[in-house]
Amino acid sequence: MQNETALRPKQTPKRLLSKGVRDHLVAYSFIAPNFIGFAIFTLVPMFFAFVLAFVKWDGANPMEFIGFDNFARLIKDTTFHKALWNTIVYTVGVVPFTMAVALALAILLNQQIIARNFMRTVFFFPYVASLVAVAAVWNFIFSPTMGPVNNILHLITGVPIEELPRWAADKQWAMFTVILFTVWKNMGYYMVIYLAGLQGINPELYEAAELDGANAWRRFRNVTVPQLAPTTFFVLMILIINSFKVYDIFINLFAGADNQLNDSTRVMVYQIYNTAFRSLDYGYASAMAIVLFLLVLGITIVQFRGEKKYGQ
Amino acid sequence: MTGTHKGFRIATKVLIYLLLAVAVFCMLVPYLWMLSSSLKLNKDVFSFPMQWIPANPRWENFQDIWTRIPLGRFIYNTAKLSVIVTLLQLLTSSFAAYAFSKLQFKGKNILFLGYIATIAIPWQAYMVPQFIMMRQLGLNNTHMAIILLQAFSAFGVFLMRQFYQGVPDELCEAARIDGLSEYGIWARIMLPLSKPALSTLTIFTFVSTWNDFLGPMIYLTRTELKTIQIGLRMFISQYSAEYGLIMAASVVSIIPVVIVFLALQKYFVQGVASSGIKG
Repeated sequence: MQNETALRPKQTPKRLLSKGVRDHLVAYSFIAPNFIGFAIFTLVPMFFAFVLAFVKWDGANPMEFIGFDNFARLIKDTTFHKALWNTIVYTVGVVPFTMAVALALAILLNQQIIARNFMRTVFFFPYVASLVAVAAVWNFIFSPTMGPVNNILHLITGVPIEELPRWAADKQWAMFTVILFTVWKNMGYYMVIYLAGLQGINPELYEAAELDGANAWRRFRNVTVPQLAPTTFFVLMILIINSFKVYDIFINLFAGADNQLNDSTRVMVYQIYNTAFRSLDYGYASAMAIVLFLLVLGITIVQFRGEKKYGQ
Repeated sequence: MTGTHKGFRIATKVLIYLLLAVAVFCMLVPYLWMLSSSLKLNKDVFSFPMQWIPANPRWENFQDIWTRIPLGRFIYNTAKLSVIVTLLQLLTSSFAAYAFSKLQFKGKNILFLGYIATIAIPWQAYMVPQFIMMRQLGLNNTHMAIILLQAFSAFGVFLMRQFYQGVPDELCEAARIDGLSEYGIWARIMLPLSKPALSTLTIFTFVSTWNDFLGPMIYLTRTELKTIQIGLRMFISQYSAEYGLIMAASVVSIIPVVIVFLALQKYFVQGVASSGIKG
């Protein structure tokens, strides 16, 4: 009896909040810590990016609304075109190359072979290894005159060292070098995604194909490829998006102490970075960022359409 | 007939192993070269044919780098940022994911859609306004900027929620009947069950914070605040001919990542398989 009266005052405020309201408050309390941070530091800047693309602002003087002038400027900006072009060339090189190598590795390392886990780790490791460190090693190994690669090439081919490709230091070979580096660095990640995809294929499909007399190539063509279609689509999208936002790889392979890239190696994000943080042209940089955003959005939409068509 | 068939099979196998052995060797060469060069004098780094095991290993390289650049400071800064960001990420993501997966509330779908929609948007597309905002808040040249920038990703929420979807709702129901609060269910049931997902998120977050380049480059311009990547890059461009020291510093910068990766790798493939993303 006494207990009940003691409890009563406590119960009244609880009744004010019905069970539904309380459940909601609990749910929101779970989401709040992440959502507040996410909203302030991701959603707000995202929204602000669209506003900024239509103004002229150096960060100090008052903002000036200039409509589509930034975009009109982009159409005539040959440096930006060069950056966009280089980004596209890089993407076109990296994407098929990475996919082919990653798929081949996944198929090989999905077999019952010796030291399988060790090999998986070896191929995956460049993905987590610090970029600055591995890029430094690459630049040493591919150093035009001193590096072991050109020295070995010289030994094998007999071509004088001065006439061999100068890799990262060479306008003609720079793009090839960076593509090769990117494939080496990231293929392990896509290999793991493909491995997951392969492990999801029903083994009975292979058994049935074998009973029908299908050889290894036919089994690959008629079982593996179609079964992996959703994975391939996913890998394709991530690869393209990651190639479009590349920046750090180029800086670490090509740039000197001033962090500047030349015409044959500048990429979109480099252009955004320089326009914003060196020229302090925030509005113009945001217009470039919107172009990047729209390109990625376009790819994502194609991906969703494709997934509906080819996905499970 | 079967004999040639068998022979063909063995030949293919040998070929595959040979191919893999060559590939594995090519993959390992850069690290071996890094390790070997880190123990050499500058003049011996590029000697050809190269000496894989230096005759007189120069261990001093590993002493000198700590005094040539504030490497200890850089490592401390990076470790501090990586640990704080990873903890915040794990905590807030798994917390939010629990509500998205196991609780009913108004606006759930629209909120979750908001998260998903932003995953594909590259950070590079809004880094400029974000920088302006941080500067307005007085956070330029503080570690807080990097923490706030990295700690609340949509990806973490997505990954954890995917994993929680696989945990039967009946488990939570039973716990509720036993009188456990929602917070109790999260702490005592969901967290212990989600070790693979937590490990995956730990690897991704720790490694990407440790290796982040552009973020610290934008926000941390004072030397004493710099992270290992930016510090290493500064060292490489300032002392470009100090080959031995550069390689020694590179070895040091990779070690922590190796440790985290090897400690958690058994969860890793499983984790990538169940979540399957992150750029």
